[in-house]
Amino acid sequence: MNAFLATVRRDLLLAMRRKSEVLTAVFFFVIVTSLFPLGIGPEPVLLKKIAPGILWVAALLATLLGLPRLFAADHADGTLEQMALSPSPLGLLVAGKILAHWLLCGLPLVLLAPVLGLQFDLDASALGILTLALLLGTPLLSLIGAIGAALTLGVRGGGVLLALLVLPLYIPALIFGAGAVEAHIAGLDVGGHLSLLAAMLVLAAFFAPWATTAALRIALE
Amino acid sequence: MRQSIIQWFRFASPQSFYPLAGRMIPWFWAAAAISGIAGLWISFFVAPTDAQQGEGYRIIFVHVPASWMSMFIYLVMAFWAGIGLALNTRVSAMMAQSLAPTGALMAALSLLTGALWGKPMWGAWWVWDARLTSELILFFLYLGFMALQAAIDDPRRADKAGAILALVGVVNIPIIYFSVKWWNTLHQGSTINLTKAPSMAQTMLWGMLLMALAFWMYSIAVSLMRVRAIILERERHTEWVKHAVE
Repeated sequence: MNAFLATVRRDLLLAMRRKSEVLTAVFFFVIVTSLFPLGIGPEPVLLKKIAPGILWVAALLATLLGLPRLFAADHADGTLEQMALSPSPLGLLVAGKILAHWLLCGLPLVLLAPVLGLQFDLDASALGILTLALLLGTPLLSLIGAIGAALTLGVRGGGVLLALLVLPLYIPALIFGAGAVEAHIAGLDVGGHLSLLAAMLVLAAFFAPWATTAALRIALE
Repeated sequence: MRQSIIQWFRFASPQSFYPLAGRMIPWFWAAAAISGIAGLWISFFVAPTDAQQGEGYRIIFVHVPASWMSMFIYLVMAFWAGIGLALNTRVSAMMAQSLAPTGALMAALSLLTGALWGKPMWGAWWVWDARLTSELILFFLYLGFMALQAAIDDPRRADKAGAILALVGVVNIPIIYFSVKWWNTLHQGSTINLTKAPSMAQTMLWGMLLMALAFWMYSIAVSLMRVRAIILERERHTEWVKHAVE
């Protein structure tokens, strides 16, 4: 557990030393969501209807933006090999890196989402549901994305390839995450959507670090 | 017991699998041709015109087998990829690699024929029906698998990375399928229901089964041909390949 916390702390510290990388993804999220009203037109009824989908797709893309950095720097300077050789299980260290990635790339999106939701005329309870859905959904995005990041480590055209691999796997999270907010706006019960999102999160939290570790070991061979 | 295990793994070596595949290919081609001709004859000349859909319904004789194969090939591909990852057998990984383009072709064919069928029947090239959407996602998964294998130069690493992706995809396919299904039913009542088709006439069923058999045999034949090419390419440094090509 010590090694896990140490990895989280190290990754957070490294990111704090180079803040611009983290902020880029956050600003990307803000800019993309602000572009949609400009492109579609300022009708509040329409914007309110499409807000959950836009915010979720933007969150998906913003998470994707941070993924190539998850292992690339450590791979380049040999840290990853030392991690694989260390006495602590690699899966634990990988889980720590994924958690750090979520704290840096996922949590800011969750915190910003209510503010951006205001641009789309969502009311307070819908904003609450949106935040809750993102809180459950963004760790899922980080976990699934880590598998793709490990598979494309050091591969030609890794960034575009990563999007091709990971985006189809993000579809369930998108459907239930955006669906929860839409159901709430339509006056339906959102418990089912959020439960399914949480179930997928638990499943991914169990399997994804394991699959990521296997992919990393292949990349290190 | 020991004897049987050795026999079982004999064809896991590219050298012994290559001639075996070569001997099997003509049989599968012949089976594909015979069942294909019989299936096409039944579907074009024997099967009656549908009362509601007219002649246009005949496209399902290609559409349904292609959809079946696209889903089934993904499972077979993931199976071989998993075997290759677990037992480190080279032919298994090559088999997975050779199945992917055929699977992608079937998914594309299924989407294309579906669109051609949908336009006269539903009045739209595309609707966000649960089955259509999950077929499209399956097509994306095939593309991702092929792109990942193509991007990695070292074939051993490409095999293993592709295997992990295929297995992750297999875990995800049921999740994706049900999420798309629920998303579709939650959004709006689907105006068109694929399952509500009138019960099929006997001859139509036979035509479809024969066409499915033809697609099946074609897929086996063409992936065996592809796996032979992959074997030659990867084992080109060995002595037996030099003799085999001569």
